Amino acid sequence: MLDPYKIREDFPILKRRINDNPLIYFDNAATSQKPKQVIEAIKGFYENHNANVHRAVHTLSQEASELYENAHEEVAKFINAKGMEETVFVRGTTEAINLVAYAWGLHNLRKDDEVLITLMEHHSNIVPWESLSKMIGFQVKYAEVNNDGTLSYEAFEKMVSSKTKLVCFSHVSNVTGVVNDVKRIVKVAHEHGALTLVDGAQSVPHLPVNVKDLGVDFLAFSGHKMLAPTGIGVLYGRREILEKMEPFHGGGEMIREVSFDPVARRCSISWNSLPWKFEAGTPNVCGGVGLMEAVKYLKKTGMENVETHEEMLTVYTMRHMQECKNVEIYGPKSASAKCGIIPFSVAGLSSHDVALALDNYGIMIRSGFHCAQPLHQMLKLQSSARASFYIYNTREEIDRFIEVLKEIEQF
Amino acid sequence: MVNIEDYVARIEETCGEEKNLIVTFKYDRKDEVVKRILKNAKMEKSVSGIIFELTFGNASFRLYSSGKAIFRNLKDKDELKSVLSGLLV
Repeated sequence: MLDPYKIREDFPILKRRINDNPLIYFDNAATSQKPKQVIEAIKGFYENHNANVHRAVHTLSQEASELYENAHEEVAKFINAKGMEETVFVRGTTEAINLVAYAWGLHNLRKDDEVLITLMEHHSNIVPWESLSKMIGFQVKYAEVNNDGTLSYEAFEKMVSSKTKLVCFSHVSNVTGVVNDVKRIVKVAHEHGALTLVDGAQSVPHLPVNVKDLGVDFLAFSGHKMLAPTGIGVLYGRREILEKMEPFHGGGEMIREVSFDPVARRCSISWNSLPWKFEAGTPNVCGGVGLMEAVKYLKKTGMENVETHEEMLTVYTMRHMQECKNVEIYGPKSASAKCGIIPFSVAGLSSHDVALALDNYGIMIRSGFHCAQPLHQMLKLQSSARASFYIYNTREEIDRFIEVLKEIEQF
Repeated sequence: MVNIEDYVARIEETCGEEKNLIVTFKYDRKDEVVKRILKNAKMEKSVSGIIFELTFGNASFRLYSSGKAIFRNLKDKDELKSVLSGLLV
């Protein structure tokens, strides 16, 4: 079992008061707060080990390189990848998806091909494909979503064909919290010879995720949603696929050799080994160190415990939100179909009004489209308010949230 | 003449089909701002003395005692600034 009260002691920010109220942070789907272990690891890196990696023989560089490589290994173990060659560090989920689009898609997709995504995607899993489609001419197809925000598997399965080269989908919707059946989708995609890219931004921080068990080809996720700092994220890719891919960006770190041919007056270039081939330039070493510490924290907490705790909070919240007469919850009615995210509205108030009113009481939630405008259009919502939980949230915070909701719904 | 930059920290346009403008007033002046706005605008409704539904001319908005306000259906930031100039006198 996870003890949120003990965990809270590790998060200095949770002692803050906002508008004379204790801070209640329910915007975890946007970003998580950071424990002191992560903050101290970052501070410790800059105070003791800061240097550029893989470039120098001096002691500090060796230390920084070791830490950075260890971070890759730690992340690989966390998601059960083969090793650090399968975990590319990027800025976040968005960059990871763009990496696949431009380093794989640009070289492998043809005019008659199809990329299948779903209508519940975050813009970061829509825009790269629409942009690339304009360059290459392939079709982007959108799998339907049911009225409760769940994926229509039957419709999805009918859309997969031999033309489908890539299936991209969220493991967990950032709007409804719906958990997609990754194995089922991957099986159908692979039966048709398509690769799979899973947006794990809302799953890796909240559920045990095992890439080998799920069978995914690519998995993208962000550090900042899982206790790590901003500006660091991960693209997992199966080694065989990453090896065949062209680099995303060119520059230092990602090359093995750049040799000038004086006759041809051109340079010939060979790429560095994985994962460095995809990490051009000086990487975010400190971010990697922070991510490693975050992963250690989550492993110590236990991802099964994280999942159970958030499910308990979701069930509790949804049950008590029903006591509010003018509050409507969107998405599946059963908390077991979802993961720690509750979209809702209050009659007569825009989502931004709801967020501002809650802010007045020190409660932080998100409002708007949550970067998923097509899903809101599909569900016929102008926007939505969203409460999302993490390991440090408690039932008492939810009680206060409900109490305030009851007050503002009278407006 | 009021210089609204003395009072306003941020103005943000919301996403969503409702194009609203959210104003965050400078924290150290929020109490003064709330007082001035409540004096100048017409109160339509309030909840617990912390959320106020107000109108000012053609503008309708909600003001929060935390020093934030959400303005609905204004054309743009210029129109908002003109409304704020009147409200903050």
